[in-house]
Amino acid sequence: MDRSKITEMNAPPANPTLMFTGQEVVATLVELGVTHVIWIPDSATGLWEADLEAAPSLELLRVCREGEAWPLAAGLALGGKNPFVVMQTTGLFESGDALRNIVFDLQIPVFGLIGVRNWLYPDSPDTARRFTQPIMDAWQLGAVWIESPDDKPRLLEHVKKAMATDQPGIVLMAEGKG
Amino acid sequence: MPTVSALQILADVRDESTLVVTNQGSARLWPLVSKHPCDFNFNPSTMGGAIPLGLGLALAQPQREVLVISGDGSLLMSLGSLVTVIASGVQNLTIVLLDNEIYEVTGGQAVPGAAAGVDYPGLATAAGFASAAQFATLEAWREGAAAVLQQSGPRFVALRVDAARDAYPKSPAEPIQEQILRLRSGLSS
Repeated sequence: MDRSKITEMNAPPANPTLMFTGQEVVATLVELGVTHVIWIPDSATGLWEADLEAAPSLELLRVCREGEAWPLAAGLALGGKNPFVVMQTTGLFESGDALRNIVFDLQIPVFGLIGVRNWLYPDSPDTARRFTQPIMDAWQLGAVWIESPDDKPRLLEHVKKAMATDQPGIVLMAEGKG
Repeated sequence: MPTVSALQILADVRDESTLVVTNQGSARLWPLVSKHPCDFNFNPSTMGGAIPLGLGLALAQPQREVLVISGDGSLLMSLGSLVTVIASGVQNLTIVLLDNEIYEVTGGQAVPGAAAGVDYPGLATAAGFASAAQFATLEAWREGAAAVLQQSGPRFVALRVDAARDAYPKSPAEPIQEQILRLRSGLSS
């Protein structure tokens, strides 16, 4: 199957609310020394797929459900690699028990970017948006927000600091409609 | 077949450099037959987490074999992990399924797979596993264990086992943090 044609046919329209281009994300992850990107994309982060696949120093791992992502990251970390997880808030909610187990039972720091669906629409009725902050508060991960392009340096800064201190490094990236 | 005896056969044929990841019931029973620096008895664990964790180890340590011992209840919680394994391209991974048709740790309630009559090796084959086998008796498993681990990977082996909750050790398990330190030390040496 020629995936390039399918990608071209189904390519979503340019997303004016997307914080990072694929190349910007790849450059940041390379600077962080990331070896594997574990993800389930959404309509915003999914635009990075081609750049993530093309990055020679990154291996893109596709999981079927977000609950797999955190133990997969833990196994890679135990084995000496430096994984980074990308998922949407809905996936974060789904994977809560796995995240709890890896971060608080095993105390293995995990690093990742969570796309926050509809965060850029304050009047959105999306319940995933509504529960994002309460759930993040409950998880006590010290996550930082990227709510505008001015916040973009936080991805590198926060994750680099987390890696240096063996703490979880989670970044919440505001998205438009997801 | 008796679970502890089945695990003893696995411990006997396991290569010295192979990493073994267990969880839930197997995390309680495997220490009865193996105390190896490359064992990781993943407890406390998230159900369904052992296969992804073992996959991560296998991808990070391609020079080693990784063996994950999972119960059927745990596998059913993350059945898609079989597909994730294949999509990753990993070859140095073996999943040994302890199929007892119950949630043993919680007291023996039936898993959905019991009523459904799930063909686990069939699922693994359909997902793309290079080899998949099932053993229903201890004699057959003893006869075939070494050979099945020599097949091309990734491998899937289902063992029809009896309930074994009565065999769970009464003494506390090795704390997970100590296991992590030991495993990391072993992998870096």
